[in-house]
Amino acid sequence: MVSVMAIPLKYSIRSLLARRMTMILTVFGITLVVFVFTAVLMLATGLQKTLVGSGIDENAIVIRESSNTEIQSFITRYQAGVIQTLPDIALNADGQSMVTGEVVALISKNRRDNSRPGNIMVRGIQPMSLSVHKDINLTSGRIFEFGQTEIIVGKRIAERFQGCGLGETVTFGMTDWKVVGIFETGGSSFESEIWGDVEQFLPALGRPVFSSMTFRLKDPAQFSQVRDRVKSDPRMTVDLKREKQYYDDQSRQTATFIRVLGIVISVVFSLGAIIGAMITMYAAVANRTREIATMRALGFQRPSILLGFLTESIVISLVGGALGLLAASSLQLLRVSTINWDTFSDLTFDFALTPNIVVTVIIFSLIMGLLGGFLPAVRASRIKIIEALRAE
Amino acid sequence: MWVLRLILRNTGRHKLRTILTILGLAVATMSFVVIRTLISSWYASAEVIPPNRLVTRNAVSLVFGLPLAYEDKIKRVEGVESVGRGNWFGGLYNNDPKNFFANFAVGPEAYLDMYSEFVLPPEQRADYFNTKNGAVAGRRLADRFGWKIGDIIRLTGQIYPGDWEFVLKGIYKGSQQGVDENSFIFHWEYFDERIKQTFPEMGGEAGWFLVKISNPKQAAGIGAAIDDIFKNSPAQTLTETEKEFSLNFLAMMDSLIAGLTIMSYLIIGVILLVLVNTMAMSARERMSEYAVLKTLGFKTYHISGLIVGESLLLAGVGGVLGVLLTYPVLDGISRALQGFFSGFAMNSLTVILSAVFMVVVGILAAIFPVYRALRLSIVEGLRHVG
Repeated sequence: MVSVMAIPLKYSIRSLLARRMTMILTVFGITLVVFVFTAVLMLATGLQKTLVGSGIDENAIVIRESSNTEIQSFITRYQAGVIQTLPDIALNADGQSMVTGEVVALISKNRRDNSRPGNIMVRGIQPMSLSVHKDINLTSGRIFEFGQTEIIVGKRIAERFQGCGLGETVTFGMTDWKVVGIFETGGSSFESEIWGDVEQFLPALGRPVFSSMTFRLKDPAQFSQVRDRVKSDPRMTVDLKREKQYYDDQSRQTATFIRVLGIVISVVFSLGAIIGAMITMYAAVANRTREIATMRALGFQRPSILLGFLTESIVISLVGGALGLLAASSLQLLRVSTINWDTFSDLTFDFALTPNIVVTVIIFSLIMGLLGGFLPAVRASRIKIIEALRAE
Repeated sequence: MWVLRLILRNTGRHKLRTILTILGLAVATMSFVVIRTLISSWYASAEVIPPNRLVTRNAVSLVFGLPLAYEDKIKRVEGVESVGRGNWFGGLYNNDPKNFFANFAVGPEAYLDMYSEFVLPPEQRADYFNTKNGAVAGRRLADRFGWKIGDIIRLTGQIYPGDWEFVLKGIYKGSQQGVDENSFIFHWEYFDERIKQTFPEMGGEAGWFLVKISNPKQAAGIGAAIDDIFKNSPAQTLTETEKEFSLNFLAMMDSLIAGLTIMSYLIIGVILLVLVNTMAMSARERMSEYAVLKTLGFKTYHISGLIVGESLLLAGVGGVLGVLLTYPVLDGISRALQGFFSGFAMNSLTVILSAVFMVVVGILAAIFPVYRALRLSIVEGLRHVG
């Protein structure tokens, strides 16, 4: 086995620094591409995280068969009765079943920023909802009183929509609802909702029945058995889903849209950056013909030369990638609000950076570096020593 | 003339570099045009809506209906020509969410006639009205699923449960670019009859009323007059032009649109970087030539002309190629994201904008090399080794 002498990393980096201007331009191009790519992934992930964050693993949600969202769903009284008496529902400290029936609807309100209408999800809840759902914290005011025409408003809605602040009045269903509190739920999609008493909402919204029911499972592992048992009754034209799964489904359309569009654009866009890297590397090879030949004469083998140049382009792409990632990570401070196509309601979420995204982005930059550097590196390694040394 | 020849020759000196540069510019321009076209397509579908149509819907929310009795009251408002009703059906073809498209029940006959921008052959139209469970689909939608006239189409209701069968009796075309050709409509009467049988509590309501007015200039006044009638009833109405209605819907996703717009400008940044890089390299290699040209008596503007010309040439060829590349790519995207777009219309503004950007980028990329070449003293330049 012939030992191959590798070109030291330091040499590659020094070579890059020798052509500062071109290198900076190339790095910057990759930075831009990586920034866009990361931003898109963060956006889709943020949307998903916000929705999935509303679900709890131990909860099951019941909606009508073949409806995908609570908005389209309704649970008949018979069905509600069966669900309420399921033996698989966990009990709270006071021995009450942790099950709740809720009604949801969309109302239209004007936004604060441009006075254009947006759809807000309103949810009528039962007292038990407050313990079945994830922690609800009031940031100001108090919880509404059951039996009163009072509501509490999710933090995001209060910020974003006219007339939804503390002490203001929201009108729908021929009723004026007084906002008595603002709540947050740790960034989940509930923060983009308005909550009130289900017994008040049902008649006001003209709904005779619940939209959905949610209950805490006594034994979360038994979920599929519970589902099969409920569905074996032909009158139970309902679907049971794990709450987390349900909310994950709610993000599907919009998240897919962002991902597909974003990734297609990023990949096409990355071709621009790859070509930029290629131009730089080809120029580097052309300018350094004598240098390469000298190195070959000194005993560096073709693979070493190839690797040396490949290293240069990978260093460029990794530096660009790191800068892009860094720039994109500052997006975490931004908040995005848009309509969620699955529920048709306004949803506010943050850009979310996850380790998964970081790894994906690093691999993405590596690939750009490899693609951009490979052909020039091959050309470098093929240089004929004698001719090149003679070259002027 | 000789300048042009020299520019062409110069461009051809490093063939590989030139090709790569043009390719890079083309790809980036293409992304730019694609993004802008996506955005403008959304707005285009709102632009082509005739101004003489109003939509009256429940003021609280689209998910609540309006009593049918409203129809006659709206008809009596002055300036109203005809009124139709519609309900969003929300059915899924083959029960697969990926097959999403807009489908709704509309009636009576007048409704279809109000859609003057839908072109439907008269015999297909007659056939549709003679078939109880007949349906009409847009051309693009029919193409997507390979539907032919006479096909039986099964939709699974998400809002109104069960399997619903329709017979495709007509395929409409848009009267102009941008008209939505992705809709599926069927008879309101058929819909309501079946709803009443299975879900009595859900029937007898219209999702919205479509109102045709004789004078578009009176839209605001007529809208207010309609809303006034129902001010103190359980279902208050909100009437606005259909165009406004569509624009409001677009406004709900304005942050996504803003994000895409920013993205498109970042792409221009990449184009600039690629070209600046290439031009800087070429100029550095040619310093001694510039010195020779100067020695021969060529003026500053000759040399700057050479450099700017080459830069503009590269930008121009790349830009044109990029715009041409856009067509197949848009085709692919519309196939991947079916249901989100109703066809693409490349906006002339987008093309003009990319042309302007190409010129600007071409000039910007030449600034640094020109500056270097002009500052160059002849002696220094002749000594220069590229």
